[in-house]
Amino acid sequence: MPIPARLPPAAPAAYTTAVPPALSVQDLRTYFHTAAGVARSVDGVSFDVDAGETLGVVGESGCGKSVTALSILRLIRPPGRIEAGSQILFEGQDLLALPERELRRVRGNRVAMIFQEPMTALNPVFTVGDQIAEVPRVHERAGRRQAWDRAVAMLEAVGIPDPARRAREYPHQLSGGMRQRVMIAMALVMNPAVVIADEPTTALDVTIQAQVLELLADMQRRLGTALVLITHDLGVVAEVARRVVVMYAGEVVETATVAELFSTPQHPYTEGLLAAIPRLGERRETLATIPGSVPPATAWPAGCRFRDRCPYAWERCAEEHPPLYEIAPAGDGAGRRARCHLAAEPARRAGRHLPLAAAR
Amino acid sequence: MTDGTVDGMAAPLLRVRGLAKHYPVRRGLFGRAAGSVRAVHDVSFDLAAGETLGLVGESGCGKTTTGRAVLRLIEPTAGQVTFDGADVRALGARDLRKLRRHMQLVFQDPFSSLNPRMTVGATVREGLTIHRLAEGAAADRRVRELLDEVGLRPEYAARYPHEFSGGQRQRVGIARALAVEPKLIVCDEPVSALDVSVQAQVVNLLVDLQRRRGLSYLFIAHDLSVVEHMADRVAVMYLGKIVELATSRALYAEPLMPYTQALLSAIPVARPGARRQRIVLQGDVPSPANPPTGCVFHPRCFHPAKDAACARLDPPLEEKAPGHWAACLKQAPTAVDWAAQQAAGGTRPPERFLPVLGTAPVATGAAS
Repeated sequence: MPIPARLPPAAPAAYTTAVPPALSVQDLRTYFHTAAGVARSVDGVSFDVDAGETLGVVGESGCGKSVTALSILRLIRPPGRIEAGSQILFEGQDLLALPERELRRVRGNRVAMIFQEPMTALNPVFTVGDQIAEVPRVHERAGRRQAWDRAVAMLEAVGIPDPARRAREYPHQLSGGMRQRVMIAMALVMNPAVVIADEPTTALDVTIQAQVLELLADMQRRLGTALVLITHDLGVVAEVARRVVVMYAGEVVETATVAELFSTPQHPYTEGLLAAIPRLGERRETLATIPGSVPPATAWPAGCRFRDRCPYAWERCAEEHPPLYEIAPAGDGAGRRARCHLAAEPARRAGRHLPLAAAR
Repeated sequence: MTDGTVDGMAAPLLRVRGLAKHYPVRRGLFGRAAGSVRAVHDVSFDLAAGETLGLVGESGCGKTTTGRAVLRLIEPTAGQVTFDGADVRALGARDLRKLRRHMQLVFQDPFSSLNPRMTVGATVREGLTIHRLAEGAAADRRVRELLDEVGLRPEYAARYPHEFSGGQRQRVGIARALAVEPKLIVCDEPVSALDVSVQAQVVNLLVDLQRRRGLSYLFIAHDLSVVEHMADRVAVMYLGKIVELATSRALYAEPLMPYTQALLSAIPVARPGARRQRIVLQGDVPSPANPPTGCVFHPRCFHPAKDAACARLDPPLEEKAPGHWAACLKQAPTAVDWAAQQAAGGTRPPERFLPVLGTAPVATGAAS
């Protein structure tokens, strides 16, 4: 069965100037209420994903990127809680306000998710064909035979050789790369409007990662899906995404197009991150580092959360939590923003100094 | 490389020849050996004092097994390991323990490689005690110096591993290795579990320590950009074998093995707009329990001159250019001459097959 081509949504004549985003995350706050205190893992995150675009969400461990992904589909369990005031707008409704029953119609159907570890995300006691077929059976009440055929067609579409035979196999019989292809098949079988991929290639070897990234890009082109790609790998983002959201300490600290982000990073954290990666073909004497480490989510510092590790920080950074400053007006929907007071006082860039955390 | 000199290295610190580790596969009620998994097969290399040799490859290629077999943490099936003139495989338990003082290991996972019930001070001190290098107040002082050397506050000696971040724990692991003043440290994916910003700190520390102490590193990693930064020479492994070995500069600028070319081209580069041709290898790595005949890479190979000989003849690791070794029948020059290749069904003579750039290899099947 061929993959149905998604037609671009016909824009109503009156609203042609502003196409609404496919998914809009607004002031998302996900807190974990633990005995050790309240961990504000995601603390006021907002971003939009346009139809058919790839948005990269990058950050290091503990920045809140995975919790953001799980929150979008309300997959947060206690002691985690999505706080009041958060909104996830999708196709005209707030996913966070929907009753569980209605949310289930969206989850895995209109908005799907690809997880990092396919071995734990797949059920070991069902064949991969059954697991993919279950999706149309649940969401479309498709017949057993028809659902199975779709599963086999999907396996073929994601490049699994001999799909009819592979569909009858169990996850442990497949290699890591193939399992991730199965995950992608499962996510795309309903032809969703938005796919959230949380570190989809992190567990894979580099040559297999190349295969999977190529597959994701190809499927996205064919289906017109909006893809939210969550990763710690700036290389992956540079190659796959069009726009990037950089997260640090539970917040968005910078948004930009990929080209802008890499050529002129605005936030000192982004700047430090880019300088710290060893790049192929650019051997340097010493790598730039960001001293210190991310503070715990139970105790975000007041003021700027990056302050102690920042080579530009001054008094204002300790006193005033920086807003997400607009750097350039939203042109083609790619508004450039950075959560750093340097946007208000650019002359401070000249005052580079040793960060507080470096003076251990 | 069997003649014993690589790069004119007269007496390397570590010399490995024909190293192998095979695991028997047992089947049936009585556990009869029904074959073997060739985790490492015929691996040879030298490591000079003060040098860093990178060992790269994808999961299951045998790089970790090689590192441990060298230290005899895994008993090799065959081969020779000479460390500082001593035949490591011939040593008894007592002498091996003495020798281990000079060869240390830094592990990948800083969360599981430190004893959670021991303070980091006790962890670092253990080596000093076992090898009778220092005791009492002298040992305490030494522990503080070591912590300071790896960039941790000396007073952290009283803390437990759970109080530290991943990067700090990795520093503790390095301090523990340094305590016994080794000559060689086998670093097994020492920065893979760390975030980029912390990874850079640990990489810089390792480079710095090497300069100060003249250490040799066998640096095992899957991240080729980190290896390029660290290593003087790099060995690429595939299915238990070294398929290419060259200086870091030559390997990244002019990889000769098609596998190395594919591996380099597959790395996502943090440089947007730098469009390059990517070789996307088809299929997965074959099982080491049932490796392909001939060249281990031939089922996925895209060399334009690949032919039936590649499936039959085992390509030796040979010097294709000064100091640049590769195992490829089709990469001239080769000792397996054209007549021998034809006898094995070869139809395409060896030819130079160079990528345009290390990171921009030529497209697959450009010539056929």
